[in-house]
Amino acid sequence: MINQSPVLVVVIPLIAAFLTLLLGWWKKGLCYPIAVLALALSFLSSLQTLHTVVTNGTISYHLGSWPPPWGIEYVIDHLNAYVLVIVSLVSLIVAVYSKRSIEQELPEKIVYFYCIFLLQVTGLLGIVITGDMFNLYVFLEIASLAGYALIAVGEDGAPFASLNYVIFGTIGACFYLLGVGYLYISTGSLNMADLAQVLPDLYQSKVVLVAFAFFMVGLSLKMALFPLHVWLPDAYTYAPSTVSGLLAPLMTKVGAYVMIRVLFTVFKPDFSIELIPATAILGWMAAGAILFGAVLALAQTDLKRMLAYILVSEVGYIALGVGLANRNGLTGAILHILNDSFMILALFLVVGAIMYRHGNREIPQLRYLHRKMPFTMAAFVIAALSVIGIPPTCGFFSKWYLILGAIDADQWVFVAVLLISSLLSVILFFRVIEHAYLEPEEEHAGEASESAIAIEEAPLSMLVPIFVAAAGIMVFGVFSGKIISTVIQFAVPGYF
Amino acid sequence: MIDQIVSKYNYWIYIVLMMIGFYAMIGKKNLVKKIIGINIFQTAIILFFVSTAAKRGGTLPIIEHAHGHGAQSVHAATYINPLPHVLMLTAIVVMVSTLGVALAIVIDVYRRYETLEEDEILKLRR
Repeated sequence: MINQSPVLVVVIPLIAAFLTLLLGWWKKGLCYPIAVLALALSFLSSLQTLHTVVTNGTISYHLGSWPPPWGIEYVIDHLNAYVLVIVSLVSLIVAVYSKRSIEQELPEKIVYFYCIFLLQVTGLLGIVITGDMFNLYVFLEIASLAGYALIAVGEDGAPFASLNYVIFGTIGACFYLLGVGYLYISTGSLNMADLAQVLPDLYQSKVVLVAFAFFMVGLSLKMALFPLHVWLPDAYTYAPSTVSGLLAPLMTKVGAYVMIRVLFTVFKPDFSIELIPATAILGWMAAGAILFGAVLALAQTDLKRMLAYILVSEVGYIALGVGLANRNGLTGAILHILNDSFMILALFLVVGAIMYRHGNREIPQLRYLHRKMPFTMAAFVIAALSVIGIPPTCGFFSKWYLILGAIDADQWVFVAVLLISSLLSVILFFRVIEHAYLEPEEEHAGEASESAIAIEEAPLSMLVPIFVAAAGIMVFGVFSGKIISTVIQFAVPGYF
Repeated sequence: MIDQIVSKYNYWIYIVLMMIGFYAMIGKKNLVKKIIGINIFQTAIILFFVSTAAKRGGTLPIIEHAHGHGAQSVHAATYINPLPHVLMLTAIVVMVSTLGVALAIVIDVYRRYETLEEDEILKLRR
């Protein structure tokens, strides 16, 4: 059973997805427990997988015992196992959170919601675990199709935003597929490890170069890297709260993971860094993303939309770490995959809770929220401090490594970009905190007396996941040294 | 130049088809036309994959169809490469699902705005 843990991570949510559909017709109330149970089991198997990888090194799992390069192979090394645990943990937290929020927002679609929710998680986990280029495409499409459907059931603008996402997402996936095709006609293989062995002799080939370009553009679309981020703000603003809570932290991070895989495993670093300046271009695009996301976030009055633009900027951080292409930069990028998942998770869950209680998320309307929802807002402040980068929270450590990486690479412009964006996020979040915590002077003497504002905290099933996410931010901050020494230092490709 | 185009005409057709689809996805204002664009785009990719599998004088990749019926002696060079076909079967499934999801979303869009023109929807949403 333990030997099978890699495949169980993916198979459990997949089977549970169909189980919810069957049992949901009989009893609606069963969907939520099945989803939570399946994701908990999936999380446990991913922990087991991580444990095996840390003690015994890379796992190679042959599906149906067909030996690679013919059969599909799951390859789990430190990077995979680490992202796998993040994806399964975040989706478990969101699943626990979803109950009340879905009952309010989509009361008649509960059964279908959990079915597609589990398929979405299956897709994300499959992308991370697989060692086969075409299998990755299939999982990418499973995740994207589930994502389109989940976003489309949101509030007023959702179907239109989702259709926009369908178009951009399909272009991205098709470019990825073309890249796979070009690699296949030049090497005759689809297995990542096999490709990595065969490709170095073909690095001068134009076909391989075109394949690489297709991969980069396709994956940039999927991870919403500036200037290809246009689908993201609308889609994540109008999606149901739970869906933004699931997709915003994970979809972009998984895209970033695939990019790291393609840049440094399928293609060797000496191709991506020296032969063509792919990482340098990526670095400059990322710097653009960081500034652009932060500046546009300033212009928003809708809290969720502001967070969506912050996400654009956070994707930039990860891409910048990859683009720096040195040990510190990549450590920062891989650490930021974890930290940012939890920061964005906490922020979107808090917005969901505010929506659940007040049905309004305009920043000027957040007044007195610290007294109505004290615990939720405390979690918001922790996540905000982490995005800004204040030391005990985890956001500080990944930014620290990114800045060290930028200094190592002698890229002082990137150092400046990172510092400026920290200052911009101070402004961003203090604007929210000012409205939520400080009372306006002129009304102070007026009708709003101290006792008139009763506590209207979010229900416990929402509050606990929010607190787990906020606690995660603190814990990963305190133990970031341990995380780096046990997992991330092995996850960084050996070349560096 | 012309020789090159003629000898690799399958790739040129795929590129032209793909660009037609791409133009429809980006340039057309009508949402259903955009979806048709998606479909043309994906079909072009299928054409590309399938045409890479073809071989001059190649036969079906089933042993009974082999030249000379030598069931035990399999010469890869005499068979069409079956792998791209298999990949495309999967890709067709993905394509059909994309089409289904996109059409379902378009129906929802039409119910809300009573139009399928992108610019009119944007005007309504303002």
